[in-house]
Amino acid sequence: MYRYDEFDARFVRERVAEFAGQVARRLDGSLTEDEFKPLRLKNGLYLQLHAYMLRIAVPYGTLSSRQLRQLAHIAETYDKGYGHFTTRQNLQFNWPKLKDVPEILGLLADVEMHCIQTSGNCIRNVTADQFAGVAADEVEDPRPTAELIRQWSSLHPEFGWLPRKFKVAVTGAEHDRAAIKVHDLGLKLKRHPDTGEIGYEVVVGGGLGRTPMIGKVIRDFLPRAELLAYLEAVMRVYNSEGRRDNKFKARVKILVHEIGAEEFVRRVEEEYAKLDGPTVNAPVEEVERIAAYFAPPAYEALPSVSILLDQARAAAPALDAFVRQNAFPHRQPGYVALTVSLKPVGGVPGDMTADEMRAFADIAERYSFDELRVTHAQNLVLPHVRQDEVPEVFAALKAAGLATANAGLVTDIIACPGLDYCALATARSIPIAQEIAREFSDEAEQRDIGPLQIKISGCINACGHHHVGHIGILGLEKNGRENYQITLGGDATENAALGERLGPGIDAEAVPGAIRAIVSTYLERRQHGEAFIETVRRAGLDPFKTAFAEVIREAAE
Amino acid sequence: MTLITWNGQAQSQFLAVETAEALAAAEGPVIVPLALARAALDGRRNAPLGLLVANDASPDDIAPFFDKVELIAIAFPSFSDGRGLSLARKLRRAGFTGRLRASGPVIADQFADCLACGFDEVDLPEGVAARQPMEQWLKARSTVTSHYQTGYAHGASILEQRRAGRGGASS
Repeated sequence: MYRYDEFDARFVRERVAEFAGQVARRLDGSLTEDEFKPLRLKNGLYLQLHAYMLRIAVPYGTLSSRQLRQLAHIAETYDKGYGHFTTRQNLQFNWPKLKDVPEILGLLADVEMHCIQTSGNCIRNVTADQFAGVAADEVEDPRPTAELIRQWSSLHPEFGWLPRKFKVAVTGAEHDRAAIKVHDLGLKLKRHPDTGEIGYEVVVGGGLGRTPMIGKVIRDFLPRAELLAYLEAVMRVYNSEGRRDNKFKARVKILVHEIGAEEFVRRVEEEYAKLDGPTVNAPVEEVERIAAYFAPPAYEALPSVSILLDQARAAAPALDAFVRQNAFPHRQPGYVALTVSLKPVGGVPGDMTADEMRAFADIAERYSFDELRVTHAQNLVLPHVRQDEVPEVFAALKAAGLATANAGLVTDIIACPGLDYCALATARSIPIAQEIAREFSDEAEQRDIGPLQIKISGCINACGHHHVGHIGILGLEKNGRENYQITLGGDATENAALGERLGPGIDAEAVPGAIRAIVSTYLERRQHGEAFIETVRRAGLDPFKTAFAEVIREAAE
Repeated sequence: MTLITWNGQAQSQFLAVETAEALAAAEGPVIVPLALARAALDGRRNAPLGLLVANDASPDDIAPFFDKVELIAIAFPSFSDGRGLSLARKLRRAGFTGRLRASGPVIADQFADCLACGFDEVDLPEGVAARQPMEQWLKARSTVTSHYQTGYAHGASILEQRRAGRGGASS
């Protein structure tokens, strides 16, 4: 993985010093609260319902064991002993004190981490496929591109005061696990059909929030070398022309929607023709320098099938279930990637205690080349595990309480922090996720139901990505009560789709029953091995609406 | 108004005028809105002229005056509106070599970015200037010493410094 050179290290230290100075100038009155707010947000510091919240960047979701141990130390020393992984592969601490923040930033800098641009109206931390460098369907590892963009976007002198936030995601695979179509800007690495040259498909104007939209392709093929100059053109058009009269209409998706994708492309290309690309773009040696950090680790030459693992699975049903559910095929023979669920039944989705972090760091160090990943589904990944060692890894995970075999299943729920933490929330999210997980706590039943993504947001801002959940749940407030809208058919992949509402909103207590009714409808209707989302696509919404209406009628009686 | 340049506080020689009447009455260097630019050029003497432009003005409308004015001031309606930074870049790219001024309630934390995008100076309302004394501006200018972006006026970028460290290989 990427390691800082002297320039990166000094840059992050200087940013810490800058932020410490900003805190001091707020305290002595040089900065008003209105002036300080965007400055602290650009360093990931929010003022939440009960306390400050600090969001730490995990660029493209890659961490080392040393970094995770430092996060455990911070959680224990400056927070309540846990952290929360987010849907953008970052980590949040919910209870830091303002006076401790500069010190925490120093500890992060010690392990080559920071909070730069994890919030605010700027280019946010870049995300990528959690199986980068692992997946067999990958044209190229997306992380060197993401790292180049991380550097280029950090403290950008021109694009630090955008109309609104700007989120970028990169994928190098055919199957999109980075949700590039629902980002402000998505990049897909691809090969030119004629020349075989590597470049990007560029998607702009996707997003969730109160106006969900699927992004539009604005360039079929951008040569790799032209990336930064082209991004500069896109950002300059957005910075100059994005709406600033209404913050709810300020994202780039609204600009693209209002002037049309064609006109947006025309303006970007006009700007691109004017700027001096060779000056802006990274030299090829720089691209290669970054890429070298992401070279594959020193794999051993192994047979593609592990007899040892097969035998262990045959003897231990729990191991077998874990591998079946949480293993992801590795391109390197004899290896496998393991998803480690942070969604135990009854737990808080994405939360991890300091003890769990330390135990997990040890496992990653010993069994996965000292590397781990954070997924946008709020889980972790051990990217490079020898199949022979999976039984040992499973035992170690089990001992740490991290062996929940539910990756991608109905209990692997994405939930925003909701009204338990967030100042914007209109309803609780976490308790809803916990109740649904209890309703479906039987593991055999979960496996029978199969892949099903439930995503819960506690307000219209959609941090829980409910629009693109196979089942989406949106918590609102209605006449002083929490009220939950259920949507169906959303999808965040290359088949991106927005879910549609099944009917009127329901009370919190009715949600698990409603989900049960939807799942039962699927089980009755599914044909030969169809996954949930496939049945929804084939059968349409009507049977589900009927079942949902029945739930509401019963609740009213 | 308080004028801040790379070197510290400076005196503005320009008087801001907003109407044709005020323009007729003014002596010495003036800054006029873009709409009065023709009148100011046609009717006036040799005194230096500056233009005040909105941050959403078209560079094409400003370009005809590049060699006729000494200064262009881009209005910053609030510190959080970054359009002026992009307009500054466009004006520099289009060939403006005179003084470029950011005019409005910019904060010290943005000084380095303003300079990098091509501004020479910031003209502050008194309230902001009183809260943020000159030392803060000079400190903010140099807290972060290197940047990743190439092509901005903040010295050699980190990418260029790395390249120099490799022996200056071309790409």
